[in-house]
Amino acid sequence: MPEFDWGFTLLLVSSGLMIGLMYSLIALGFVLVYKATDAINFAQGEFVMFAAIMAAASMDAGIPFWLAALLALTGMIAFCFALERVVLRKLLGRPIIAVIMATIGLASLIRGFATLVFGAGVRAITLPVGDDPLYLGPIMLPPVQLVGAGVSLVFLAGFTWFFLRTRMGVAMRAVADNQTVSMGMGINVQRYFALAWALTGVVSALGGIIWGAMLGVDNQLPLVGLKVFPVVIMGGLDSIIGAVVGGLIVGVVEALAAGYLDPMVGGGTKDFAPYVLMILMLVIRPYGLFGTRRIDRI
Amino acid sequence: MFYRESGVFKTSYAADMGLLPLPNTRWAVAGLLVLFVAVVPLVSDEYSLSILNLILIAVVGAIGLNILVGYTDQVSIGHGAFMSVGAYTAANLIVRVHAPFWIAVPAGGAMAALIGVVVGIPSLRIKGLYLAISTLAAQLIIEWVINHVSWISGGTQVSIQVPPPSVFGVVLQSPWQIYLFLLAFVILAIVGTQNLIRSRIGRAFIAVRDRDVAAEIIGINIFRYKLLAFAISSFYAGVTGVLYSYYLGIANYEQFQLDVSINFLAMVIIGGLGSTLGPIFGAIFVTLLPIVTRRVLESVGGLFFQASDLSAVIPSLRLVIFGGLIIFFLVVEPEGLNRLWRNIRNYFRTWPFSY
Repeated sequence: MPEFDWGFTLLLVSSGLMIGLMYSLIALGFVLVYKATDAINFAQGEFVMFAAIMAAASMDAGIPFWLAALLALTGMIAFCFALERVVLRKLLGRPIIAVIMATIGLASLIRGFATLVFGAGVRAITLPVGDDPLYLGPIMLPPVQLVGAGVSLVFLAGFTWFFLRTRMGVAMRAVADNQTVSMGMGINVQRYFALAWALTGVVSALGGIIWGAMLGVDNQLPLVGLKVFPVVIMGGLDSIIGAVVGGLIVGVVEALAAGYLDPMVGGGTKDFAPYVLMILMLVIRPYGLFGTRRIDRI
Repeated sequence: MFYRESGVFKTSYAADMGLLPLPNTRWAVAGLLVLFVAVVPLVSDEYSLSILNLILIAVVGAIGLNILVGYTDQVSIGHGAFMSVGAYTAANLIVRVHAPFWIAVPAGGAMAALIGVVVGIPSLRIKGLYLAISTLAAQLIIEWVINHVSWISGGTQVSIQVPPPSVFGVVLQSPWQIYLFLLAFVILAIVGTQNLIRSRIGRAFIAVRDRDVAAEIIGINIFRYKLLAFAISSFYAGVTGVLYSYYLGIANYEQFQLDVSINFLAMVIIGGLGSTLGPIFGAIFVTLLPIVTRRVLESVGGLFFQASDLSAVIPSLRLVIFGGLIIFFLVVEPEGLNRLWRNIRNYFRTWPFSY
């Protein structure tokens, strides 16, 4: 057993926190939809990939970064509006498995469609930042991660403000809490369902650009979406602060597992440890750290 | 499964409990049996037999998953992993102690059932979405364990060669021998499920599905029956895994990844939840879908795509069609192919004098 190395641990933790914030951003998309419409989005990873592909393809066509990002953003919003209109509105009030299955089907649809239209090759998104990492003592921060974490922080704060202070945000919380009463208070519930999906589109577009810049854009990108589940289960399915904390926990656990467990068991713990944590959470405290304790015991 | 009613004329309890209540049902089933046992292997060539074998394997798994999803209303996105548990258990038994198939198949099923119960334990506290996520986690964890424990997976290749099964001293090698072998398991699975659903256990499953609180009040131990559903369903999944590795001659975890779990869920949903015929239709449909897509595209795809692109287009188009169909069925016909079949049957029942 080598001597405990503080620098190494700090490095792992800091990069875990960065990655964790980026997980939080994607998990936020999941939480928004679940909060407002009680729908579960198993296609979150595909949303992210779709946005990333749109951005990367338009950058390949010579469009500057900001315009490409804007294109991906509007594209995702339009896509999510259409999706809500055509598919999910029809599934309201149906058993939970119907929505789960529909989004699983959607995942496969997006995956196929994206490669069909944009090709299967690996693309790159280059953020307009340098490549030189920032050094803080033993900590090394790559600019991509810094930007990602920064954007995540800004948007997480923005959404918190939106839900606490704006009229729309309050209305959305009302819809999430009780749809019938919201209708009675004159809130157009269906419009807020559509809005929730559109916000997911926004978050997915941002997540897509950031994750695409970090990992490269190909059909492996949706695997990021699978990490959403440990994040939201840890934090609580309907809590924004939960998504942040859950993301940070998952990011750090992943980094530590990759740093310390991998040499012992021969790799791959990064993709495994979060799920073990999640199962434990499900058995001990299924509603997560910050989620509403609304759980049926039978 | 198929019968026509014209009043109840039963005079004994035994007749009432009969699996095939009407003479024409008995004739229909007998006819189908003759067709599948005797006629099909004679008239079909090797290629279509190999597709048929794939369908038969899928039918066993889909029927098993339907017990869980259709009858007890619990989602499992981990059935692919249960299949791999069955496959590796059987493969290890076959290779290490030369177990015959009549030990390997039930042992694979039993091991999968055991794991299934462990995975199902969270269902005691959670349901719906949470259960779906925890089975998803189980899928990923089981995959990882098989991949990293070489005692299970047989070394770096993560795959174990499985010799063909031998029945009464005959080594089954040709496709039609395997076909009959698989057909026997399919018949067992269908009859077993039909009987299970008619029994006290099956009625308890349905009660839990329809209203769990009410089920508990009338004295059903919900937890026990939920776990039992997991066990039985995973047993079927394990058997499917064993059959699959017999068919392929190899047990390999790559055959049982997340997309397989999703395929089986799609079979149950497209086929129709909570029926016996539904999963069979679904298994046929989902198994044939990629094959038919490829055939059609290879013949007419040249009109739309260049030949060099075609091999890249087919898998993505398959994904699009697959996902689109799942969504289509969920939105338009939630009761699936089974409902379509019932509609057709009901139409012809009084045809041509429907009034």
